Amino acid sequence: MDSSCADFRRAQMSRRLFLASAGAFVAWAGMPRQGFAATRQPRLLTVVLRGAMDGLAVVPPVGDGQYESLRGEFAIGVSGRQGVLPLDGFFGLNAALPGLHGLYAAGDALIIHAAATPYRDRSHFDGQDVLESGMAGPRGSASGWMNRLAEAMPRGEAVGPVSGLAASQTVPLILRGAAPTLTWAPPLLPPVSGDTAQRLLALYQASDPDLAQALASGIAVDLQAAGSDAEIRRARSMAEAFSNLAAGSARLVAAEDGPRIAVLSYDGWDTHISEGAEEGRLANLLTALDSGLMALREELDPVWDDTVIAVVTEFGRTARINGSDGTDHGTATAAFLLGGAVKGGRVLADWPGLGDGQLLDGRDLAPTIDLRSVFKGIARDHLGVDERTLASAVFPDSLGIRPLDGLVG
Amino acid sequence: MTTMQAFTAYSRFGLGARKGDLALIGDPVSALIAEISDPAQGAVVEPRLDDHAAIITTINKHQKDRAQARDSGKAKGAYRDPIKVWLDRQGPLERGVRVSQALAAPVGYTERLVAFWSNHFAIQGDMNEMSRALAGAFEREAIRPHVLGSFADMLLAVTTHPAMLRYLNNAVSVGPHSPQGSKLGLGLNENHARELLELHTLGVDGGYSQADVTALAAVLTGWTVHYRGDSAGQFVFRLEAHEPGPQSVAGKLYDQAGFEQGRAVLADLAASPITAQHLADKFVRHFMGDAPDPALVASLAGQLHDTGGNLAALAAGLVLSDAAWSTPPNRLKSPQEFLWSAIRALGVAPDGTQVQDLLEGMGQPLWNPSSPAGFPDAAMSWLGPEAITARIDAAQTLALAATGPDDPVVVAQAVLGPALQPATQEAMERAESRTQALVLMLMSPEFQRR
Repeated sequence: MDSSCADFRRAQMSRRLFLASAGAFVAWAGMPRQGFAATRQPRLLTVVLRGAMDGLAVVPPVGDGQYESLRGEFAIGVSGRQGVLPLDGFFGLNAALPGLHGLYAAGDALIIHAAATPYRDRSHFDGQDVLESGMAGPRGSASGWMNRLAEAMPRGEAVGPVSGLAASQTVPLILRGAAPTLTWAPPLLPPVSGDTAQRLLALYQASDPDLAQALASGIAVDLQAAGSDAEIRRARSMAEAFSNLAAGSARLVAAEDGPRIAVLSYDGWDTHISEGAEEGRLANLLTALDSGLMALREELDPVWDDTVIAVVTEFGRTARINGSDGTDHGTATAAFLLGGAVKGGRVLADWPGLGDGQLLDGRDLAPTIDLRSVFKGIARDHLGVDERTLASAVFPDSLGIRPLDGLVG
Repeated sequence: MTTMQAFTAYSRFGLGARKGDLALIGDPVSALIAEISDPAQGAVVEPRLDDHAAIITTINKHQKDRAQARDSGKAKGAYRDPIKVWLDRQGPLERGVRVSQALAAPVGYTERLVAFWSNHFAIQGDMNEMSRALAGAFEREAIRPHVLGSFADMLLAVTTHPAMLRYLNNAVSVGPHSPQGSKLGLGLNENHARELLELHTLGVDGGYSQADVTALAAVLTGWTVHYRGDSAGQFVFRLEAHEPGPQSVAGKLYDQAGFEQGRAVLADLAASPITAQHLADKFVRHFMGDAPDPALVASLAGQLHDTGGNLAALAAGLVLSDAAWSTPPNRLKSPQEFLWSAIRALGVAPDGTQVQDLLEGMGQPLWNPSSPAGFPDAAMSWLGPEAITARIDAAQTLALAATGPDDPVVVAQAVLGPALQPATQEAMERAESRTQALVLMLMSPEFQRR
């Protein structure tokens, strides 16, 4: 990994190597370099949106007659309302994602809808656990499916073991396991998200005036640096932080002997109150996500044709808007695949409909695509891992969940 | 059935509950008494740690080598700073001991006593590099062996410890009428004597005068450190630097010769009822808050005086009082107390370097207060806007490191027990990630206050 080390010194970034398994490293460290590598070096990056992204506001089904009656004044893109870029006529894309829309037009983005993990309850923790572990239920494994995938990838001409990159200070579950993992985070981490601070402030205001006052002042100090419009600044700093994270990790992944599997996390999607799909919180999150995805596109340019980026979230949100102009925990939602290797320019969905009888439990978008079949399709056709290994080692007990055909190529 | 008393034992007197602790503690008062009755508590076993003499010798040797390298015309920067070399190796190890002690402590009352007395006899690590190198050893050697023993023994161990003698300059204090003083024209340095009266024993309102400070400084002349030979780095009493003659300290005449003069003064200061009052008041405030019950302080001061400064009895006396359990939580944990309770609650074990980074971020690095008075110890000391946001950042870092599969709410129920407030639990259940839920738990008023 020497050359990527040099990259980092140039970029003045720090990174730490965690060998989760010395055995795995030693087993591969002594591999001789076999001539000139002429084979493809496929890359897979996963962006985990934590907090449950509202697929109906991000990829609204503007062609579904029920959409407006469910979402009312918040149904963007219908009845003369703005806020949506056209996709295939039935679906639109939230206008806060112009970069993604450009990739879609170029055939490099595939949009998937009404997808979910096998998890059917509504706890963020357990939902993320299932998304990351690749198991059929929560708390079933201490390792993550991307780590097991790294172990299963054909070594080909790779000199060392296939290692994963966690763009964070610690390794998230999805990358934990026996395969060696690299973690990297920008030297200046963004402060604790405004969302956490706001939740704490509410807690303190109810019971601890001293702590409430100290925290309120602390938040004010944090925002002072910026001038008056705290909301704009927060949106901008979120976008900046995520773009830095994306660009830095992409530089690592693009390096010839860098990690080929990487994970980025982006928190803050739990929009229970004042969701703001057109302008406000969700729109700001999407703007930041879009700039991060564009940073990935730019930095991965040399290896773009060998790249797939999966953007996923633990579950969706309620089909109806709740009493505080937000949405609560739901089930199915949208996901994106980006990259030069992706057969994009289309929306992949077996649309379940939004009628009362069609919603899951009368409240959520019903899942018709299992995210594991998406991941398995990428793993088989992009990374070259055979189906038997996928059904046993990478996604245990998933024999009935067939890989989706034609996602890449 | 977990009682509120069990939670109080861990939160107010210990280092916070680990998973399973609250259910297993049994009678909380007995558990605390049992812990401070076990002499093995508080002891450190880490053979890789040097003692103060080895540390001083190592550093002196490095300094000599460096001077020689400089004299022989080697390029600047070719020689690594010797103390940095030592600290790079020993510092993280020294701090790692504190981490493992904190994680292993049953309730943690003894470790809290270590922290209290270590802060009472504070050494400021960044005063100079020698102080920094010695601060951890000082705690291991002068504080830990005596936290369940006698205050007089601790005072003597502290006052003869090279780290303290160097930090408060007594190592260079020379009697003006001693052979060395009259020959070289050297004199007193009152720093150590003043802090000994003001901070370590009688207290700032203890009724001593400037004359007492000067007399005690004279008494302590010659208490210094060997700087060469086989005993390098050890305490030594140098008669040739000692101010001859009797001295009057706090209304009593001391006419002993040599080292015995100082030993007698220290014994009397340790046994003074004024010292007992000062210590008891500070001790009760530390655990119970800024408005201690005067009757409780008076009773503990009397007990401390009557037992000849028995520190285990002082610790026991506090937890045997009704107020210990009836006073509602009113103090914000210090950053160190917060850190220890957080790593115990989450079951994470940061290394010594990570711990120091976190503590520096929150403003309370190990063994590095800003003055001999130690870290501030009042209810409002740590309740500033930046302090709280820094604490949230630290909570986030720790929560990210907690990679176990436990449901955060289950963790909160296990470590907060009946203290867990419905509003906190609800906020945790609504959190958008496991990390956020754990941050909310760590930052909740019931976790932050003790």
